[in-house]
Amino acid sequence: MPVRMRTALVPSATLPLAACAGRQSALDPQGLQSDQILRTFFIFLIVAAVVWIAVVIALCVGMLRQKRAADQPLALHRSFERTSGRIVFVLGLATLVIVLGLSIVSYAGQRTVFAKDENALTLKIIGHQWWWEVRYEDGSPDKNFVTANEIRIPTGQPVKVELESADVIHSFWVPSLTGKMDLITGQKNELQFTAKNAGTYRGQCAEFCGHQHAHMAFAVLALSPDEFDRWRDHENQGASSPTDPLGKQGEQLFRARGCALCHTIRGTLAGGQLGPDLTHVGSRTTVAAGTLPMSPATLAAWIADPQHIKPGNFMPRTPLQSDELIAILHYLEQLK
Amino acid sequence: MSMVAEQRELRDDALNGLQLSTRLENIWRTPSGFFGALASVDHKVVGRRYIVTAFAFLLLGGLLAVLMRVQLAGPENTFLSADKYNQIFTMHGSTMMFLFAVPVMEAFAVYLVPLMVGTRNIAFPRLNAFSYWMFLFGGCFLWISFMLNVGPDVGWFAYVPLSSLQYTPTKRPDVWAQMITFTEVAALAVAVEIVVTVFKQRAPGMTLDRIPLFVWAMLVTSFLVMFAMPSIMVASTSLILDRLVNTRFYDSSSGGHPLLWQHLFWFFGHPEVYIIFIPGTGMVSAILATFTRRPVVGYPVVILSLIATGFLSFGLWVHHMFVTGLPQLGAGLFTASSMLIAVPSGLQIFCWLATLWDGRPVYRTPLLFVIGFIVIFVIGGLSGVMVASVPIDTQVHDTYFVVAHFHYVLIGGAVFPLIGAVYYWFPKIAGRMLSERLGLWHFWLAFVGFNVAFFPMHILGLIGMPRRVYTYTADMDWAHLNLLSSAGAAIFALSFALLLVNVIYSLRSGALAGDNPWDASTLEWATTSPPPPQNFDRIPIVKHRDPLWFHNESLPVVAGLSVERREVLLTSLAEAEPQIREASPDPSIWPLLTAIATTVFFIGSIFTPWAVLWGTPPMAVALIGWFWPTGSKEDEE
Repeated sequence: MPVRMRTALVPSATLPLAACAGRQSALDPQGLQSDQILRTFFIFLIVAAVVWIAVVIALCVGMLRQKRAADQPLALHRSFERTSGRIVFVLGLATLVIVLGLSIVSYAGQRTVFAKDENALTLKIIGHQWWWEVRYEDGSPDKNFVTANEIRIPTGQPVKVELESADVIHSFWVPSLTGKMDLITGQKNELQFTAKNAGTYRGQCAEFCGHQHAHMAFAVLALSPDEFDRWRDHENQGASSPTDPLGKQGEQLFRARGCALCHTIRGTLAGGQLGPDLTHVGSRTTVAAGTLPMSPATLAAWIADPQHIKPGNFMPRTPLQSDELIAILHYLEQLK
Repeated sequence: MSMVAEQRELRDDALNGLQLSTRLENIWRTPSGFFGALASVDHKVVGRRYIVTAFAFLLLGGLLAVLMRVQLAGPENTFLSADKYNQIFTMHGSTMMFLFAVPVMEAFAVYLVPLMVGTRNIAFPRLNAFSYWMFLFGGCFLWISFMLNVGPDVGWFAYVPLSSLQYTPTKRPDVWAQMITFTEVAALAVAVEIVVTVFKQRAPGMTLDRIPLFVWAMLVTSFLVMFAMPSIMVASTSLILDRLVNTRFYDSSSGGHPLLWQHLFWFFGHPEVYIIFIPGTGMVSAILATFTRRPVVGYPVVILSLIATGFLSFGLWVHHMFVTGLPQLGAGLFTASSMLIAVPSGLQIFCWLATLWDGRPVYRTPLLFVIGFIVIFVIGGLSGVMVASVPIDTQVHDTYFVVAHFHYVLIGGAVFPLIGAVYYWFPKIAGRMLSERLGLWHFWLAFVGFNVAFFPMHILGLIGMPRRVYTYTADMDWAHLNLLSSAGAAIFALSFALLLVNVIYSLRSGALAGDNPWDASTLEWATTSPPPPQNFDRIPIVKHRDPLWFHNESLPVVAGLSVERREVLLTSLAEAEPQIREASPDPSIWPLLTAIATTVFFIGSIFTPWAVLWGTPPMAVALIGWFWPTGSKEDEE
């Protein structure tokens, strides 16, 4: 009998989602680029605020002044018409100067934000409905590996992401680190950014990409360079085989119940290409592309009924006995 | 020959007073009965239908907005499913842009422009009737599809490849794309009518520099429609072809490109904003002049600003595509061109402020909405300068910041003036005044509700909330601002309910308006409220930009038009010197029949390409009926 593990493992009907998902705010810059953008933004904001206040003051004064007689609409004063014409002209000119000045400020900011560093760490991100494939393709081929929905980068080092799409248009956006860039079918885009501080930064798809666009998030973990190197060496290795019987049963069920048709676990026979690579899924911080925080409960709930958590996504609901689910869960958790 | 004809025909110089009015009414009136109403070609009848229909779509689109605000009021709300939400935001955008904002502005023009330029009917009145039916059928087609759960769900922008057959194998995007065709046909038809009416049917003496500012605004808008709309028709038709007969316009694997769609869409989509906003500025100018009791300062500046805005609006579309990976220098140039449009917009604002400075404001509801417009629209314009900047846009693009920005521009810049225009021109259209007391309530609820609903969205966008998400989790810190925004939306929606109450109440028991309740200066106020079928018993002669203020007693008029058949006076383009008398078409059922045949053809052709074959003969028959020569007197002469 297939069980609904969600009700079995999770006490309340709604899942506890309050785990820290990382920061996702353009007002909380943690990267060189987001810092620069925020500075440009504040310059614009100050100019805008001054202009708006001036207009509202002029409006209020204009409303309070009462000079003319209401019954002679065509009795215009020559001097007012002339002066007001001049003032309008000067203000128009001032507007022109302001927008040209702001254009220059904008372009200066743009050059900083889009400056390229040839020595950047390169990784490729491929958008799928509704998850992110992440390929580390830097250096020698034996150091290349694939992961999903989570990006780890070293702090202080420029990172170049090459953006492509496997289906429709998506947009890669980690506001705390930099602005967004689209992933466009049949086109290769590129974005560079540098994280200043270690931390977890949440990103989210910003271009409407269909049914579950709302649930296409990811995490960027900025690590110290040493930590990053250690993580990369570990991530590059295949999955370690389970040693305990339950884990072995889980590995076997992963193939027997069809999971391996879509998912790859490097170092095993599971080599499906349709879904996210799960080689080190146990070490990731979220489930279902940033939809839920990673925990045994949420992972179990996701496997038991993905269509409940993210309706319309392409992972089908697989009928599992409760002991089968527990075995698969146990196996996946080991994949650190 | 012509001498003989002229002798036989009765002209309006032979009649006077009631006799003249009655005769003219008889030849210009819409035939009675149900079929008579369907055959009407009176610009006032069609204009009224257009306005009411567009407001009905506003109501529907507004209800969708309320549903979305309910869904987003709290995190992980299950009020709407993802599928419903995606349909609803697509329907909201499409309805508001294509079935409300553009048509309602054209609707006001259809009603007002012939009156304001002093003629008896719009140019090409049957085309006008056809345009309305196409608009109505297109709108109903979209909404009935939505009710049948075939509502489009790929956004009002329908980006490929999401809207391609491969990723959306339902009929939903076809419904959207064909609705575009309907509304664009309707919009293009009205644009042509307005241009010809303004260029050729102005009252004698209404030289180019005596045209009312609202009419100027609609003239510029009509040109924008004619140049912008073909782009979207090409885009949506290519999309239908891709989906129906496997062409590959947008398929990158066969040499097409998804960005082609974006360029075509925004080459229309950005001027579209000005197609909505420029009529709003015309309404502002009209209302300001009347309620500050003086002409708008800088008439030529305002007109040149309108024209400059029109031209510039075609050079900005790329700022919708800053994050698609364009060359950086190119993107930077579009930053500058986008910001440049602040100059003509600013000039207009300065002219209006100067008008207020010198005028003696009379604070009736229309003026309140204009003041609200200035306060709100300037915020929208300034946040527009922000999003024009490439680096800033990379952060705020496709976030709630942009949602806030364009609602400030579109609601502030177009809907506030429009509501002002409703209060201003309702007495002319309905013959009764709207209640000022309810109007005051309406204004304050709308002003407060709007700002509470939309200002927080700026912040939401900056703290990371993307657009078009049907839900969000509690740990994103977006819940409070979303709740506030939803509360504001409720107040804003309530304000529109008040307008509805006001209209229904005032239609029955509002104070009678009289010809010119506001003591305004333009020609539409020179006739009765509501105007008779012939608009004016005699065509006025215009000697001043503000004819009703210039001639306190009575307007000078021309005489010599027929009182036996429909006739309008054509004048020269620049100086408006009388040229010829021209027959104006009688009521006809054929525009409706043509619209029905076209509707069958359009809807059929999203299901089978063969509809192009079997759909054309009925249209041809209808058009033959429409244009069947009936030997008018004019031709005999």
